[in-house]
Amino acid sequence: MKSLPRILMTSAILFVASLFVFPMWKITLEAPQYPDGLAMYIWIDKITGSTDYTLQNINILNHYVGMKKIEPESIPELQYFPYIIMGIIGLGLIALFANNSKVYLLWVVIVVVLATLGLYDFYLWEYDYGHNLEATAPIKLPGVTYQPPLFGTKWLLNFKATSLPSTGGVLFGISILLGGTAWWIRRKK
Amino acid sequence: MKNITGLMKLAAMMLLTLSWSCGNQGDANKSKGVMNSSSAAEKVYVAPGEHDEFYAMISGGFSGQLSVYGLPSGRLLKVIPVFSQDAEKSYGYNEETKPMLNTSFGFVPWDDAHHPELSQTDGTPDGRWVFINGNNTPRVARIDLSTFETTEILEIPNSGGNHSSPFTTENTEYIVAGTRFSVPFPQEDVPIDSYKENFKGSLSYIKADVPGEMDIAFQILVPGYDYDLAHSGKGKSHGWTFFTTYNTEKSHTLKEVNASQNDKDFIAAVNWKKAEEYIAQGKFKEMPTRYVHNYYDESTHMATSTKKDKVKVLIPEECPGLIYYLPTPKSPHGVDVDPTGEYIVGNGKLSADLTVHSFDKMLKAIENKAFEGEVDGIPILKFEDVMVGTVSSGGLGPLHTEFDGKGNAYTTFFISSEVVKWKVGTWEVLDRAPCYYSVGHLMIPGGDSKNPWGKYLVAMNKITKDRYLPTGPEMNHSAQLYDISGDKMELILDFPTIGEPHYAQGIAADKVKPRSKKIYALEENNHPHVVKKEKDVKVIREGNVVRVYMTSIRSHFAPDNIEGIQVGDQVYFHLTNLEQDWDTPHGLSIMGAQNAELLVMPGQTETMLWEPKEPGVYPFYCTDFCSALHQEMQGYVRVSKKGSDVPLKWSIGE
Repeated sequence: MKSLPRILMTSAILFVASLFVFPMWKITLEAPQYPDGLAMYIWIDKITGSTDYTLQNINILNHYVGMKKIEPESIPELQYFPYIIMGIIGLGLIALFANNSKVYLLWVVIVVVLATLGLYDFYLWEYDYGHNLEATAPIKLPGVTYQPPLFGTKWLLNFKATSLPSTGGVLFGISILLGGTAWWIRRKK
Repeated sequence: MKNITGLMKLAAMMLLTLSWSCGNQGDANKSKGVMNSSSAAEKVYVAPGEHDEFYAMISGGFSGQLSVYGLPSGRLLKVIPVFSQDAEKSYGYNEETKPMLNTSFGFVPWDDAHHPELSQTDGTPDGRWVFINGNNTPRVARIDLSTFETTEILEIPNSGGNHSSPFTTENTEYIVAGTRFSVPFPQEDVPIDSYKENFKGSLSYIKADVPGEMDIAFQILVPGYDYDLAHSGKGKSHGWTFFTTYNTEKSHTLKEVNASQNDKDFIAAVNWKKAEEYIAQGKFKEMPTRYVHNYYDESTHMATSTKKDKVKVLIPEECPGLIYYLPTPKSPHGVDVDPTGEYIVGNGKLSADLTVHSFDKMLKAIENKAFEGEVDGIPILKFEDVMVGTVSSGGLGPLHTEFDGKGNAYTTFFISSEVVKWKVGTWEVLDRAPCYYSVGHLMIPGGDSKNPWGKYLVAMNKITKDRYLPTGPEMNHSAQLYDISGDKMELILDFPTIGEPHYAQGIAADKVKPRSKKIYALEENNHPHVVKKEKDVKVIREGNVVRVYMTSIRSHFAPDNIEGIQVGDQVYFHLTNLEQDWDTPHGLSIMGAQNAELLVMPGQTETMLWEPKEPGVYPFYCTDFCSALHQEMQGYVRVSKKGSDVPLKWSIGE
């Protein structure tokens, strides 16, 4: 199975590319009076909802506690994320061409670093949304903040908020494992 | 022999009834008609949060509305305003829906809503629309079942009481309208006692399959009888409609006596396919008349009225084969066609028995031209040539019959206050159940269609008396639900209804539920005065007309401070609800407004006219508890004296 590292790396590249087709992350809000649930999808270049109007409805709810409006057009990351992903794909193609264990490792390290930075950036945004509240908000609860969880479930007032990777995010994670495996196998040869 | 058996059964039933009332006086349930309370409770129990199996559309009679219930729970789901103004929903009060109630008499804000009829495809209710007739100022309405709103009303000219209506044909090609009161045709000032010479009836066919295009396709000029009820044929009898008549005596006074003298009146059988041929051949008279068509356009959220001034009339004398009379005993009320389309049941309301005619026999009799007479060019068929059976019911005062799709029919008896179940084809009585009290119409979901859902039967009673906690002299009419899935009908629920239900229609919930809308899309709102963004709100003066382009979203109006209004102004509040979330309406009311609140659904625009009378500052507020900050959803309008120099100004948050 000489070609196995290359097959693995090709799959890793395809899984990274899936971010152009599937959302990275999903945050759902559940409360009794929202039987259909409110789900927000974060893509590399946009934020969408379970319906065309979900984002507007989340913003309406958020304004009571003074949270900023989520406006995808004012989030710069959504502008440059696609280029970073393209860069990762480009580097992956180089690694695939080189088919060298060190280049595979380099690719994996770069992707892990970028992914970690991305998650940290996501955390900062969540922190900002949850803590940077309008002083004139109609509902003010002393000491209460509304930062959604990075990973997992948390109660935000009457809403149960769950934050988990979505299809694209899961595939992206797997691509790291695939790249790592490619490096491991290639290294032994 | 059958009669004797029937009588014996009846006697046995009566003995049984007596023995209950003697032996079980302590058991309140049995004397109220329920055999087994706990099993009945299980059958009607729909757990909290669960949905009913059927929608029931129950007419409101003199309320002019249509109520929507769930079955088997009897839960009231919605009251839909149709022919009457409804302050709750602003129907007929806001500028958008006022035109819905226009007629050739002008604005008529009330009617007597009688018979709901679901649209059908291939003889089966399809869940697109429900139609209902207004009896008093003859009208028919369409209610769209994606919004449960009245979207179309057509006035019926040359009619004096639209009772035998709307009763659809198999594919909703037409709904029908027959005049209950014959009147001079066209209207004119004549002595009432010239009834026999001057009064005529009309049977109308209304194109109904295209929303927004409802219109009278043609009318048939008929003798001056009272046209009571109708049903169109199905299956083999598709292409025909049957109308009952009474007052074939043509009396014009003390009708309770004078219209009840003939031993037999008629069921009129109309071949509407033939009528279409005559219309295509141009064999109609175009008669001048006046009627109004009103259509509510969901895209503009506005109704418009169109005046019409002529109608195509077919005269039976000039159109052979168009219409026949089937003699039917004792002032028949309902006329009901069984699911196969073969049997036409005449419910002779002043008799004990039901008369059943055969469609095949009728065709044969027509072919043989064995007529026993003729009225105004309408051949009268011989009773024995068309009649196929009699149901000797043992009851009195049959009114209406529905079918369960398993070969059984169920007939209400007003005078003996009961529902009688009988077998189609053998005409034997199978079961009977008392009603509390004096039942009028009955409904089995799909029970007048080709494919009934024969599980439940709703009896709509005219008299309530002691069935519920008393509410003074006036009380709601009572309806009763029977389980008809077994051999015996079993009373399982009582529930009050709104107004006076005349007929109802039922349909499996899954035919309607998936089509029900949650919101109106704001981007599809084409109202001429819509505002889609809060930053675009404005106030415009054109002479003494002031237009406030206003929005609402949780939890504020924009603008919420308005100045520069003057006494004598006509102020139009065009309120757009910017919400796009399920079940978030916003209301608007303003102090002193002489109409009603607005209640605007998400994505919709509605308009209130306000004519301030005195200078001052007047509050307005949201009437629907929309959110945690609902109480704060309010604003002020400053009104200055006429000619004041206070500038027109509007703002929010300044």
